Amino acid sequence: MTKEELIIPENRVYGKPSLMNDTPMHYCPGCSHGLVHKIIAEVIEEMGIEEDTIAICPVGCAVFAYRYLNVDWIEASHGRAPACASAVNRLWPNKLTFTYQGDGDMACIGTGESIHAMNRGENIAMIFINNAIYGMTGGQMAPTTLMGMKTATCPYGRQADLHGYPLHITDIAATLQGTCYVTRQAVNTVPNIRKAKKAIRQAFENAMNKRGCSLVEIVSTCASGWKKTPEQANQWMEENMFPYYPLGDLKNTVQ
Amino acid sequence: MMDNNQQNDYKLLKGNEVIALAAIRYGYDGFFGYPITPQSEVLETLAVEKPWETTGMVVLQAESEVASINMLYGAGCTGKLVFTSSSSPGIALMQEGISYMCGNELPGVIVSVGRGGPGLGTIQPGQADYNQAVYGGGNGDYNCIVLAPNSVQEMADCMGKAAQLTFKWRTPVIILSDGVIGQMMEKVILPPFTPRRTDAEIAAQCPWATNGIGLKSRHYNALSTLEFDPQVMEDRNRAMAEKYKRIQAEEADYELYRVDDDTDYLIVAYGISSRVSMKAVDILRENGIKVGMLRPKTLWPFPSKAISKLSEKIKSILCVEQSEGQMIHDVRLATEGQATVYHTGRSGGMISSPVDVVDAFKSMARETITKNWPKGYWIK
Repeated sequence: MTKEELIIPENRVYGKPSLMNDTPMHYCPGCSHGLVHKIIAEVIEEMGIEEDTIAICPVGCAVFAYRYLNVDWIEASHGRAPACASAVNRLWPNKLTFTYQGDGDMACIGTGESIHAMNRGENIAMIFINNAIYGMTGGQMAPTTLMGMKTATCPYGRQADLHGYPLHITDIAATLQGTCYVTRQAVNTVPNIRKAKKAIRQAFENAMNKRGCSLVEIVSTCASGWKKTPEQANQWMEENMFPYYPLGDLKNTVQ
Repeated sequence: MMDNNQQNDYKLLKGNEVIALAAIRYGYDGFFGYPITPQSEVLETLAVEKPWETTGMVVLQAESEVASINMLYGAGCTGKLVFTSSSSPGIALMQEGISYMCGNELPGVIVSVGRGGPGLGTIQPGQADYNQAVYGGGNGDYNCIVLAPNSVQEMADCMGKAAQLTFKWRTPVIILSDGVIGQMMEKVILPPFTPRRTDAEIAAQCPWATNGIGLKSRHYNALSTLEFDPQVMEDRNRAMAEKYKRIQAEEADYELYRVDDDTDYLIVAYGISSRVSMKAVDILRENGIKVGMLRPKTLWPFPSKAISKLSEKIKSILCVEQSEGQMIHDVRLATEGQATVYHTGRSGGMISSPVDVVDAFKSMARETITKNWPKGYWIK
């Protein structure tokens, strides 16, 4: 049997989601973004809501997210995706509006917009990539940078007296009346990817069913920013990030 | 806008209230704004009217002006007709968002009810935001169409004109008003109700919009101001510059008051200053002075050609604005050196009276005469 005879649709056990196009991704090897993009594409495809999806991408590494998924995208200014999404969803209430934001976008420059969109109970889903560093600008300190962690702007390690403390925005989100589902996931292993996908699906369904605001934090790697190999980055995340940002649901009022 | 059949529809309303009522009637899809004096009646009136129960218009009090303008940005991306309203320091916070809206060539209407500045300034009326509206504070090469109403009726009319222009040109429209026009009550005829556009109409009018409609049978839309290739960015800028030139050629609008063939002097004023100046022109005309007024109804594009043509035969121009002099620079450029331009006005929340303008005019005329004409030509 030749290779060509083997490669037939019936034999396929895995395929690229149809909503992911062939544009080469700009993400670094070992980065979590690509996996999260793929999960989102799969979920939208499985829910059959391509024509009812309005996606909003941030400023940060995911600034070019709109290049990779074949849905309508709005590129928001830094931190303002939740404000943008709030208006879009109120004007198109029967469509899925979701934001895709990094830690700088969600928990630093856009903290106000994030908290208020969640607190208003906007019927949107927010995907939050937390890799504890500013990837796109070259590895500077993020609001979620761990204590003692070295970055370009805290080269001797994050210190409380100089830099303050990491912001647990997901924990804050869980205390807000407008949120219905707040969860922290990761995409470092196959079981975790499956869990993360399930979480994103629930967040999207909550939005479509007008249950309020859902926040899915994905604790992520930044091999380049952390100056590690992809494998080391995954290991470092498990050893350092997970104890500080433990995985699991923080709130779920939609059972 | 008015005809005889509508005589009975006269209402006595505040300028700010009329902004809200006209928006509902012109079929606006949404309002996003944050309270600030002296324009809070816009949101207050919308909240009382509850248009979401009648026309389906969305009304949302945002957490800040930064959020408001980004709500407008998102809404504009999806092809909806939306507006925000604010005053000087709030409009300052919106500058980044306005730049993004221009960069993505989005529709959206921004009502600016000016007060005294800078900083927190005062809550009394001002016109010191001419530069802010016309030249902008956002980054990059961009322009917004700027309309300048001078009556409560024009507040209503501008909401209709802005709705039309913002989609025609795919660029934000600023309605630059001031605290007097916003707060004062005048008789007004509100426009008839126009239904909001349907989803199908939005899809047909805005094929570029990011609303998912028809996605399976088209390439997906992505609206982004980001571009890493400088050549592509320059091409985008040049295309926008071409558009701006067409807007300048087609949309400049102005009104003349008591300007005739033998007018010697010209007053140029917009908004509340034009109302004050009309009275000043009347007083001066009663004294035999051949003076008229040109009122720009659009500040961008500026009616430069009309001013240039008038400058050929007049002696000098008095630019009246409630600031320390901002529009005067555009007036000076428009004269192309053919006439001397003087400024008068108050600032910080103070407003010139017609007598102030008459006095300033006398000083200007004296100087003009001393420079160019035999003594005693004008002063009685």
